Amino acid sequence: MSLYYVQKLLYQLNRDSHTQQRYREDFEGLLAEYELDDEERDALRDGDIGLLYVMGVNGQILMHYSALIGQEWHEYIEAMKDGVKQHGPVRGGLYTLLEERDQ
Amino acid sequence: MSLVFAGVCSHAPGITGRAKLADPKLRDDLYASYDRMRERIEATKPDALIVVAAEHFANFFMNNMPAYCMGMAEQYEGPIEDEDWLAIKRRTVPGNPGLSQRLIRSVMEDTDLAYAEEWKFDHGIMVPLNFLTPRYDLPVIPVNINCQGPPLTPLHRAWRFGRALRRACDEQPERIALIGTGGVSHWPATPDSGVINEAWDHEFLDRFINNRKDALLSYTDEETFRDAGQGGFEIRTFITVAGATEGSIGELLIYAPIPIFAVGCTVAIMNIGERPATEALLETA
Repeated sequence: MSLYYVQKLLYQLNRDSHTQQRYREDFEGLLAEYELDDEERDALRDGDIGLLYVMGVNGQILMHYSALIGQEWHEYIEAMKDGVKQHGPVRGGLYTLLEERDQ
Repeated sequence: MSLVFAGVCSHAPGITGRAKLADPKLRDDLYASYDRMRERIEATKPDALIVVAAEHFANFFMNNMPAYCMGMAEQYEGPIEDEDWLAIKRRTVPGNPGLSQRLIRSVMEDTDLAYAEEWKFDHGIMVPLNFLTPRYDLPVIPVNINCQGPPLTPLHRAWRFGRALRRACDEQPERIALIGTGGVSHWPATPDSGVINEAWDHEFLDRFINNRKDALLSYTDEETFRDAGQGGFEIRTFITVAGATEGSIGELLIYAPIPIFAVGCTVAIMNIGERPATEALLETA
């Protein structure tokens, strides 16, 4: 679990045109530069918003990434809801507190 | 000259990006309120606009997160987001590095803040500018308060930062406008997006408009998170403006909960010109 590096990759991807070019042309090379586990690499390869949300990626980072990969707003919201249904509650980061609130 | 204008407004990306999905009446009323704010800013003939924002991982990350940062660049660029998604075209925005440097030196007498000669604006600054400086011809000085990645600066420090910012503005020969931009209660970019706690918002905005310092600073982050969501942490930007306008009373131009915009949309102006802040302070002392 390396939530920090998942978020760091997405942060740089969201803001930096050079990283966006590498995302399109050499995604595996880009992934290899970050300390990620297999589940994280797969979630990033698949653009799996739901799983990334459950891992604990900050929604602001995730929302910009969702825009980058061309999701409509309702698709983004649904993907997070589906992620929680499929993978269970948020595992890390700020939103674990949301889960605690709801319990 | 001094601070010539102060106000606050919302910056949610949906306000521009999802405009077509909102109730047209609510949306148009909101846009008209931004227009009124723009007219009030223009009437004060400012030389620069300080935007106290709560950015969203466009420039600052958990490898080196400043509690406060001010831009010091010749120009800025934005938005970082997909242009179609935000419905705002990418562009450069003029800065004023000389003024930035003088403000930073002055604020540092009281509050430690980082500076940045490179800054990419996200919706948190671009949405307000889209309405308030639509020709992008007014130099902008961005300020960021970390409201995203805890630990966050305490509210009483945000107030104090606002006071330092006011003093710094009043020392300058330029005419300076100041806006704070953030949300009241909201749960942006989560499955709870669209939830709005209207009662909490009304109470907070009453405290803000009436510049009730003790009441504004009495929220704990635990309470804010519970009642106003993680987006509620952005009240720091409002509290900074309240600190900068201590003793002044404000005017709420609009508060409209619009779920597809994911926030109770707010535009408010502080009437700093009606009486000197020092006079008001004497009255409350």
